[in-house]
Amino acid sequence: MISDLTTLMPEILLAVYAMAALIFAVYTTKDALAPLLVWVTAAVFTVVAFWIMASGGGSAGGFDGMFIDDSFSRFAKVMILLSAAAILLLSKDYMLARDLLRFEYPVLIVLAVVGMMIMVSAGDLMTLYMGLELQSLSLYVVAALRRDSVKSTEAGLKYFVLGALSSGLLLYGASLTYGFSGTTQFSGIIQTATAGDIPLGLLIGLVFLCAGLAFKVSAAPFHMWTPDVYEGSPTPITAFFATAPKVAAMALFARLLHDAFGEAVADWQQILAFLAVLSMFLGAIAAIGQRDIKRLMAYSSIAHMGFALVGLSAGTAQGVESMLIYMAIYVTMNIGTFAFILSMERDGRHITDISSLNMLSKNEPGKALAMLVLLFSLAGVPPLLGFFGKYGVLLAAVDAGLGWLAVAGAVASVIGAFYYLRIVFYMYFGDPEERLIDGKMSPVHFVFLMGSAAAMVLGIVNLFGLESVAAVAAATLVN
Amino acid sequence: MDNLLSIITFIPMVAAGILALFLRGDDAAAKLNAKWLALIATSATFFVSLFLIFQFDPADTGFQFVEERDWMFGLSYKMGVDGISVLFVMLTTFMMPLVIAASWHVDLRVKEYMIAFLMLETLMLGVFMALDLVLFYLFFEAGLIPMFLIIGIWGGKARVYAAFKFFLYTFLGSVLMLVAMIGMYVDAGTTDVVSLLSHEFATETFSVAGIHIVGGLQTLLWLAFFASFAVKMPMWPVHTWLPDAHVQAPTAGSVVLAAILLKMGGYGFLRFSLPMFPVASDIMAPFVLWISAIAIVYTSLVALAQEDMKKLIAYSSVAHMGYVTMGIFAANQQGIDGAIFQMLSHGFISGALFLCVGVIYDRMHTRDIDAYGGLVNRMPAYALIFMLFTMANVGLPGTSGFVGEFLTLMGVFQVNTWVAMFATSGVILSAAYALWLYRRVVMGDLIKESLKSITDMDTREKWIFTPLVVMTLLLGVYPALVIDIIGPTVSALIDGRTVALADFAATTQIAAGGH
Repeated sequence: MISDLTTLMPEILLAVYAMAALIFAVYTTKDALAPLLVWVTAAVFTVVAFWIMASGGGSAGGFDGMFIDDSFSRFAKVMILLSAAAILLLSKDYMLARDLLRFEYPVLIVLAVVGMMIMVSAGDLMTLYMGLELQSLSLYVVAALRRDSVKSTEAGLKYFVLGALSSGLLLYGASLTYGFSGTTQFSGIIQTATAGDIPLGLLIGLVFLCAGLAFKVSAAPFHMWTPDVYEGSPTPITAFFATAPKVAAMALFARLLHDAFGEAVADWQQILAFLAVLSMFLGAIAAIGQRDIKRLMAYSSIAHMGFALVGLSAGTAQGVESMLIYMAIYVTMNIGTFAFILSMERDGRHITDISSLNMLSKNEPGKALAMLVLLFSLAGVPPLLGFFGKYGVLLAAVDAGLGWLAVAGAVASVIGAFYYLRIVFYMYFGDPEERLIDGKMSPVHFVFLMGSAAAMVLGIVNLFGLESVAAVAAATLVN
Repeated sequence: MDNLLSIITFIPMVAAGILALFLRGDDAAAKLNAKWLALIATSATFFVSLFLIFQFDPADTGFQFVEERDWMFGLSYKMGVDGISVLFVMLTTFMMPLVIAASWHVDLRVKEYMIAFLMLETLMLGVFMALDLVLFYLFFEAGLIPMFLIIGIWGGKARVYAAFKFFLYTFLGSVLMLVAMIGMYVDAGTTDVVSLLSHEFATETFSVAGIHIVGGLQTLLWLAFFASFAVKMPMWPVHTWLPDAHVQAPTAGSVVLAAILLKMGGYGFLRFSLPMFPVASDIMAPFVLWISAIAIVYTSLVALAQEDMKKLIAYSSVAHMGYVTMGIFAANQQGIDGAIFQMLSHGFISGALFLCVGVIYDRMHTRDIDAYGGLVNRMPAYALIFMLFTMANVGLPGTSGFVGEFLTLMGVFQVNTWVAMFATSGVILSAAYALWLYRRVVMGDLIKESLKSITDMDTREKWIFTPLVVMTLLLGVYPALVIDIIGPTVSALIDGRTVALADFAATTQIAAGGH
C-alpha cells in the first residue's frame, strides 16, 4: 500500500496543493491572491518536475498495475509540468491587464496537470479515463474563463460538447475492449490482442479508442473543435491548450497502443498513418486562408500532431523516441511563439490579425528575428531544431517501411511552409510606414521568446542531450 | 590546421554574430562599420582558403582535410574536400568579397543585409564541404532562408512573389531529396558520404502499381535527388523561378545566385547522383542529355525576346547550365571536366554580367534595355569591360567560357551526336542574344536625354571587376590551372562508374541467361 502511494506521490502532492490553495484563497483575499498563486504554482510545477527528473530510473507499477511509473511517463510528466509552468508565467501579465486573473485559474491548471500526469501513467482503461476526464473538465472551465465574452463562452461550450462526445467514443471503445478481452488492464489486453487473430470486437474497440484519443490530440478528421476553441479562449489558455494537453494525449496514445495493443501493430498502424496524413495536409492547407494568428496556430498544431503521429505510426521504439523528441521541440517552439502572440497589442487591446505584424522588423528587430527563427523552425526548415523533429519522425517512418507516409509528410511540410512564410512576409517585406502594434513586451514574455528562439538555434549542436533520455523512455515502452 | 575547413566555413558566421550582437545604431557610421566588417570577414575567409588550395594535393583522389565529430541521431559532423569540391569552395570565397564591395551603396537596413550575406556564405561553403548526407541537406536548405530574405527585403517591385516562388519551388524539390536520403540511410545504415560512395544500392527491377521501375531502388533515389538538383540548377522545364528571382533580387543577390547557388545543383549531381547511383544515372542519361539540349536551344531563344537585361542574363544562365548537365551526364573525362570548368567560369562571367547590369542600374534605376543606348560615348571603361564579359558569355576562344563549352560539347559528341549538334546551335544563339544586347545598350549614338549625364565607372567598381577579368582571361588561356586539380578525381569517379556499370551488365546477363 505504501509503495503504491509512493509511485503516486507527485500527483498526490499536486492534488493536495490544489485543494489547499483553493481553500486558502477562498478564506482569505480571493482574487487579490491570484498573482502570487500563479508564481507559487509555477514554482511548485518546476520543483515537482525536477524532483521527478531526479527520482532515478526503474519502472514501478502501483495499484496492481493500474498506475505505472516508468521513464516514459517521467519524460512526459517533466514536459507537461515545465510547459504548464511556462504558460502560467506567460499568462499572468496578460490576464491581470484584462481583469481575468481569478484565483481559480492556477488551481484549475494544477488539477488539469494532475489529470495529465495520471493519463501518461495509466496502466488501465479506468485510470486512463479518470485522468482524461480530470484534465478535460478543468480545461472546459478555463476555456470559458472570460465569462462576459460570447466567443469565450462559445469556445468553452463547444469544447465541452465535443469533448463529451469524444469521451463517449472512448468509453464505448473501452467497454468493447473490456468485453472482448475480459479485463481493463493493459497488461491483460495485450494477451488477447495478438497479431493476426485479434478478435473483431476488440478491433472495433481499438478503433473507437483511437478516435476518442484523436479528438484529444486534435488530429484530423477529429479536429473541428480546435480552431474555434483556440480562437475563442483567452490567449494564455490557447497557449496552454497547444502545449501540455497535447503532450499528455500523445503520450497516452503511445502508451495505450504499445502497452495494450503492442502485439497488433499492423492493426493500428494504418489507422494512425491515416490520421497522420489527413492531419498534416489539413493543417497545412486549411491554414493558408487564415488571417487570425490564433486560428493559424490551431491549424499549425493540427499539422504538427500529424507529424508526431507519423512517428507513432512506425510502431517501433525509434518511432516513440522520435515522437517524444518531436513533442519536446514542438512545445518549446509553441511557448516562444505564444509568448510573442500574447504581447501583440495596441493601446492595450489584444490584436490577433497577422497583418498587424507589418514591418515589425523595422521597429523591433530583435523580436522579429526571434519570431523569424521560430517560424522557420515551425516550418521545419533546416538548420533549426524543428527540422530535426521532422527528420526524426520521417526516419522512423521510412525505417518501418512507411516510405509513402514520409513522402506525404515531406510534401505537406512544403505546403505548410507557405503560411509561416507569410508571417515572415508581413514582418519583413511590408510597407515601412505603418505601425500597427505597440511592440512592448513584459520581461517574462521577452525571456521566453528569446529563450525559445535561442533553443531552436543552439539545440542543433546536440539537442540538449534529449535524444538519449528519449531513447531510454521509448525503450521502456516498447520492448 | 586540423580544423581548416571549419575555420573557413564559420569565419563569416562569427562576423555575422558580431554584427548582430554588438553593432548598434542606424547612422552613417554604423552602416559603414557593417560594410567594412563584412568586407574584412569575407576577405579573411578568402585568404584563409588560399591555404586550402595551396596545401591541396590534386593527385590524391580521396577526401582531404577531413574533420569528423559525432552529432545527434547517429549523424556526424563531417567535412572534407576533394578535387571536385575544392574549387567550388574557392569560387565562393573568391566571389563573396566582390559581392560585398558591390553592395557599398546599399542604404536600406545595411546591418541586416550584411548579416544575411555572411550567413549565406557560411551555408554555401558548408554545402561544398559537408561529407554527411544530412549535414549537406542542412546547409543546402538553410541557404534558402537568407536568400528568401535578401530577395524579399532588398528586391525590386515584385519581390514578394519572387521570394515565395524561389523558396517554395526549391523547398519542394529538396524535401523529396530528404526522403531519399532517409531511404539511403535505412538501406546503407550510414549517412557518411565516403561510405555511401562505396555502397551499392540495389538495382533489381521491381514494380509499383503495375509500373516496372528499371534500375529499382537506385532509380527512385536518383529521381528524388534529381528533383532537388534540377530545380536548383535550374534545368528546363523547372527553371521558371530563376528569372523571377534574378530580376527581383538586388544586384549582389543576383551575383550570388548566379555565381554560386546555381552551382550547388551541378555539384550535387557530381557528388551524389553520378557516383552513388551509377546504374540509374546511366539509364536516365539520355533523358537528361535531351532536356539539356532543349534547355540550351529553348532558353536561348527566350533570351532573345527579353526586354529586361537581368532577365536576359538569367535565361542565358539557364542555357549555360544546360551545358553543365549535358557534360555531367555524358560521363566521360572531357564532359565532366568541362562541366566543372563551365560552372566555375560561369561563376565569374555571369557574376560579372550581373555586376555590369548593377553598375548602370545604380545610375539609372532601370533595367529596361530600351532605356539605354550609346553608353560607349560616356562610359568607355564600362563598354570595354561589358564587351569582355559579353564575349566570354558567348564563348569566345581566349576566355574561360570557350573552354567549358568546348569540353562539354566534345564530351557529349562521343556519347550522343544528335544532342551535341542541337546543343552546338546554342552557341550561335548565345552569340545572337549577347551581341544584340551589347549593341542595344552600349553601341550607337547617345541620343537619350536621361543618359547625357551618366558617369563612367569609379575606382571602386573598376577594382571589383579586375579580379573577374583576370580570372576569365587566365582560365581562358591556361585552363590547366583547373583541369590539373579536378582531373585525377574526375577520372577516379569515371573508373568507379565503369566498374559499377560492368557489374550491372554482368548480373543482368546472368539473370537473362537464367531464364
